[in-house]
Amino acid sequence: MKSEFLLQIKDLKASIDNKSIIKGLSLEVKPGEIHAIMGPNGSGKSTLANVLTGRDLVTVTDGSVTFEGRNLLDMSPEERAREGIFLSFQYPIEIPGVSMVNFMKTAINEQRKHRGLEPLSASEFLSQMREKKELVEIDSALTNRSVNEGFSGGEKKKNEIFQMAMLEPRLALLDETDSGLDIDALRIVANGVNKIRSADTSVIVITHYQRLLDYIIPDFVHVMFDGRIVKSAGPELALELEKRGYDWIRKEADIAEESWITDRKL
Amino acid sequence: MENDQDKVLNEVTTGEYKYGFVTDIETDVIPKGLSEDVVRLISAKKEEPEWMLEFRLKAFRHWLTMKMPAWANLKIPEINYQDIIFYAAPRQKPAPGSLSEVDPQLIKTFDKLGIPLEEQKRLTGVAVDAVMDSISVKTTFRETLAELGIIFCSFSEAVREHPSLVQKYLASVVPYTDNFFATLNSAVFSDGSFCYIPKGVRCPMELSTYFRINTSNTGQFERTLLIADEESYVSYLEGCTAPMRDENQLHAAVVEIVAERGAEVKYSTVQNWYPGDRDGKGGILNFVTKRGMCKGDDSKISWTQVETGSAITWKYPSCILRGNNSTGEFYSVAVTNNYQQADTGTKMIHIGKNTKSTIVSKGISAGFGQNSYRGLVKVLGKAEGARNFSQCDSLLLGDKCGAHTFPYIEVDNPSAIVEHEATTSRIGEDQIFYCNQRGISTEDAIGLIVNGYAREVINKLPMEFAVEAQKLLQISLEGSVG
Repeated sequence: MKSEFLLQIKDLKASIDNKSIIKGLSLEVKPGEIHAIMGPNGSGKSTLANVLTGRDLVTVTDGSVTFEGRNLLDMSPEERAREGIFLSFQYPIEIPGVSMVNFMKTAINEQRKHRGLEPLSASEFLSQMREKKELVEIDSALTNRSVNEGFSGGEKKKNEIFQMAMLEPRLALLDETDSGLDIDALRIVANGVNKIRSADTSVIVITHYQRLLDYIIPDFVHVMFDGRIVKSAGPELALELEKRGYDWIRKEADIAEESWITDRKL
Repeated sequence: MENDQDKVLNEVTTGEYKYGFVTDIETDVIPKGLSEDVVRLISAKKEEPEWMLEFRLKAFRHWLTMKMPAWANLKIPEINYQDIIFYAAPRQKPAPGSLSEVDPQLIKTFDKLGIPLEEQKRLTGVAVDAVMDSISVKTTFRETLAELGIIFCSFSEAVREHPSLVQKYLASVVPYTDNFFATLNSAVFSDGSFCYIPKGVRCPMELSTYFRINTSNTGQFERTLLIADEESYVSYLEGCTAPMRDENQLHAAVVEIVAERGAEVKYSTVQNWYPGDRDGKGGILNFVTKRGMCKGDDSKISWTQVETGSAITWKYPSCILRGNNSTGEFYSVAVTNNYQQADTGTKMIHIGKNTKSTIVSKGISAGFGQNSYRGLVKVLGKAEGARNFSQCDSLLLGDKCGAHTFPYIEVDNPSAIVEHEATTSRIGEDQIFYCNQRGISTEDAIGLIVNGYAREVINKLPMEFAVEAQKLLQISLEGSVG
């Protein structure tokens, strides 16, 4: 049975090392929608990304997550990726000695195998690389190097967007993709996202600040506090947060002072 | 999380050894044990001339005065030399002239190992000398090579047919007194390959020796002698496998290379002896002396090794850079998984002026494996302008294995430049997850990362070998990561 939702999270609870981080979170994303999840440090935004991608340091204690109507939590991390979930990492990982070309080729062909397709030929693959490099305005030299090795912060983020363009995900999670970017890099990253967004591709933008949302206009903005979504609205909410900060939401949602102070980084 | 990691780690490092079968073939075996009589018996079996027997006896008498070296970073089980068979040969006519004279069982065995002895079946230009237990079974492409004056045959045959060459070069690089295992080999070596490339000849195909231990309780002591005369070139490959057995088996080989003026020798090894089981039971004890002499000016010797097998590896392929402007290279990947131990590296001895050496060593440890790099760079007083660059990298998979580096540098000439770089890294959970998130399974991720790490060395191997080596790396680490 096909669900009208691409992603459906119901009453999710998750913990790390027995410490409860996500405390009952629900979210529904339809194909083609862009959702922004905002909130102060330690509110559980990155943990949510970890739950969705299957990172094993997070334990789901309650609730359900379905992706295209199927139980996502049953799938291994690589299976989720092959099904079309892509995470743009907050801190992209360096893999010395592994060329970007080899890495991307392996990733794409694993995805194709999963979908019953033949592997791409070398020339098909290279022309796809070229096309996507232009699309996201990534420097050609970067893809000749080892995965993220010696890349600057901005280059790493651009490289994430390049990989996203190559893999054409159904659901892209951008975890603090704007952090550490200068204004030009921010524009390039946002353009890349806007170019791959389509009726089929949904995006969840996880961010602390509003500025990325000047470039990627979300359909919905959700504010996370202490492991829950406490307010959801249209794009105007992001602007309001920018102006007024998070404090009024905390008061409005009546969240205890101590949980607001919890400054937990993952 | 810790458990999951261990689980995957186990899965990736428990790949089956696929060459562990035994060939049922009639074998000529002498009784166990070692004595002067045994040395004489081996020599008699091989119908050797008097000078060869004399060489063996000198070595044997010297060996009796020696003790097993204890300096390596290895835990070596006690070896009872009276419990080893020093000669075992598949029963057949010596040195068969045509393939039809080779026992079909032997042909099948080597087919199974991926080494077809039928020349027309070989697509790639590789000439093979196939050695089973103590003797050479078949050497392919001899006639083709003979047209160029290249001699490629079994060591025994060389002793018979080319005694002056053998006498001139045997033990000229590794003297019979060199070390415990080389001396033992000098006394009891059974067979091996002999190769001579005449002046100015560029060998048109890869030459290769494939070593196979088959009989149980047998030691394998082969000896390879490779001579590249002036301005010649040869690329030589060596592969090896053995059946799975519960007891350890001893392998003590000697390889000698001589490069005359302007000659270049590339020697590549993919060592895949049986490593023992997951609990460290059985496996080959591999004590090998490999040394090349850049005898003439402008000569070059390059060692490339991918070591994935053996329970214990003790091996230091070295170069004596005697000729002026001569070059020595050592590229190595050594894998230790489960309870494997490796103490391996090289010696670069700079004697001539403007001699150059390069050392690139990549150790990979997984499971409970212990991996040591041990290397000596020695620059003698007259080696004006000598240069060395060494790079020793260690990669750790899991937290129960070890990596060690023992670099020795001795410089007696102030104009020498010696550089040493070393790194230690591990495959992190975050690297694996990053790959997973792009749809790459944990096993494939490890394959990618390990091959990426070893790429610099694998690129030095001849093409067909490089592909095999890559697969082998992945298989030998199967089950090891998380």
